[in-house]
Amino acid sequence: MEKRVIFKGWMLPALLLLPQIVITAIFFFYPAGQAIWQSMFVPDPFGLKTQFVGLGNFEYLLGDPYYRASFVTTAIFSGLVTVVSMGVALYLAILADRLIKGSGTYRTLLIWPYAVAPAVAGVLWMFMFNTRVGVVAWYLGLLGYDWNHVLDEAEAMGLVVVASSWGRISYNFLFFLAGLQAIPRSVIEAAAIDGAKFWTRFRTIVWPLLSPTTFFLLVVNVVYAFFETFGVIHTITAGGPQQATTILVYKVYSDGFVGQDLGSSAAQSVILLLLVGILTVIQFKFIERRVHY
Amino acid sequence: MSDQRGMVQRRGLGHWFTHLGLIIGVLFIFFPIWLAFVASTVTQPEIVRPPMPLLPGGHFIENYSKALFSGVNAPVASMMLNSLIMALGITIGKIVISLTSAFAIVYFRFPGRTVFFWLIFLTLMLPVEVRIVPTYEVIANFGMLNSYSGLIFPLIASATATFLFRQFFLTVPDELTEAARVDGASPMQFFWHILLPMSRTNIAALFVILFIYGWNQYLWPLLITTDPSMNTIVMGIKQMFPSGDDLADWPVIMATSILAMVPPVIVVISMQKLFIRGLVDSEK
Repeated sequence: MEKRVIFKGWMLPALLLLPQIVITAIFFFYPAGQAIWQSMFVPDPFGLKTQFVGLGNFEYLLGDPYYRASFVTTAIFSGLVTVVSMGVALYLAILADRLIKGSGTYRTLLIWPYAVAPAVAGVLWMFMFNTRVGVVAWYLGLLGYDWNHVLDEAEAMGLVVVASSWGRISYNFLFFLAGLQAIPRSVIEAAAIDGAKFWTRFRTIVWPLLSPTTFFLLVVNVVYAFFETFGVIHTITAGGPQQATTILVYKVYSDGFVGQDLGSSAAQSVILLLLVGILTVIQFKFIERRVHY
Repeated sequence: MSDQRGMVQRRGLGHWFTHLGLIIGVLFIFFPIWLAFVASTVTQPEIVRPPMPLLPGGHFIENYSKALFSGVNAPVASMMLNSLIMALGITIGKIVISLTSAFAIVYFRFPGRTVFFWLIFLTLMLPVEVRIVPTYEVIANFGMLNSYSGLIFPLIASATATFLFRQFFLTVPDELTEAARVDGASPMQFFWHILLPMSRTNIAALFVILFIYGWNQYLWPLLITTDPSMNTIVMGIKQMFPSGDDLADWPVIMATSILAMVPPVIVVISMQKLFIRGLVDSEK
């Protein structure tokens, strides 16, 4: 799309663009370029000079069992976060959509946790399940279940998944409810007159018509789970126990800043960059299709 | 009206089950925050001897003033001020540079315009988390560690807002531009007196989203603010936990957690319409 009516000159637009060009160049393109450049070097043991290794860092990473494990961890983690947060949100949205009055009130009550930072959500959940003082952990103990996410890998994963999904429910709920309310009432009424029960209506009408929303949320939630959950992981488990919750972004951080392995961390950044690129393409392809639809 | 949905609307028992399901959902969402609030109003001994009480105690003022004015490493009041400056810096900075560059891209033809558009398009989805090490080095080389500019600039360097304003400017009728030109308005007069007032709602919606985004940043402040006096509140909470086996000061930490969520939550609830609009806009 283009404007037919425009202004003349190039000095003014250049000036208007300058702030963004300068900031993006210094704080985006230069570091991104640096990441690609650094990913092809390894520092010597004394950190005095670096040696060019080409794709050596990538080769090493792909053969590294810890890195591969982190890939699997990320896949499990983001899959679970996406399914849990979208599942609960869809369930609540369907309920709210059934109400004639009051869905607005529930919306207000349900959307504000969006404003709670992932890191704060992490602290809240860590407090509930704290092995020493956590209320939930204590009641689980009463029931004979010995909760200890500091030692148990599955419990640690479960806790970071729930803490990450919790705040995300608001966001998904909002989009699902909007999607449900956009479905023409008459179509559902018609099916109901023909005797279709709730589940039949949901399976054959609502779910297909909701699929653009669902697909959009799927991509957005995977991106969320990949990057924005760093705060949750860092506050609750710090990647442990035994790296059971070390997702890719966490590994970039821990290898780069804690382990000081810059070459490897940069190579990991580049791999993440490619993953994000793929997700972006998928998202934009999809949005274009929705525009035509 | 109420009969319009009668066919698919359960009556009686089903109706109450719908409410029940929603109330359970709301309680699940509220419970962690309720617990944090209760913990912020009781004493340390009440928490460390589980189970802690489930109803608020009488130490609200004591715990909150301790957090706000002395904290653990730094007073929480100063951390909140840092968060506020960071959030507003990111929000205003991003909106200003995006408005001007979107104006340039949409309303002018100049060499390299398409290249520039694709370059900013590239920055759309790449979060700061992916380029932390090199960005950290840039900030360190500029001597911007432990500074507001170091906190703000790297998070402005993304084009989501530019893209959004571009989309909006494209929907502004050409007749307005034509009329302004006929009346002899300069490009900047058109920008100030016509385009900006028309973009008010979009700017406000974006303001809400960016404020929450800026306030809730965690990884970036964690890396570049080593000086406790520069900590932001969201990243400062984790720093309040002792590293060894010492007992954490739970009432103060939980009061800080509550304080960390109050500003963004107030923004979301008081500007709910703009918030929803901003969310939907910025994801399109």
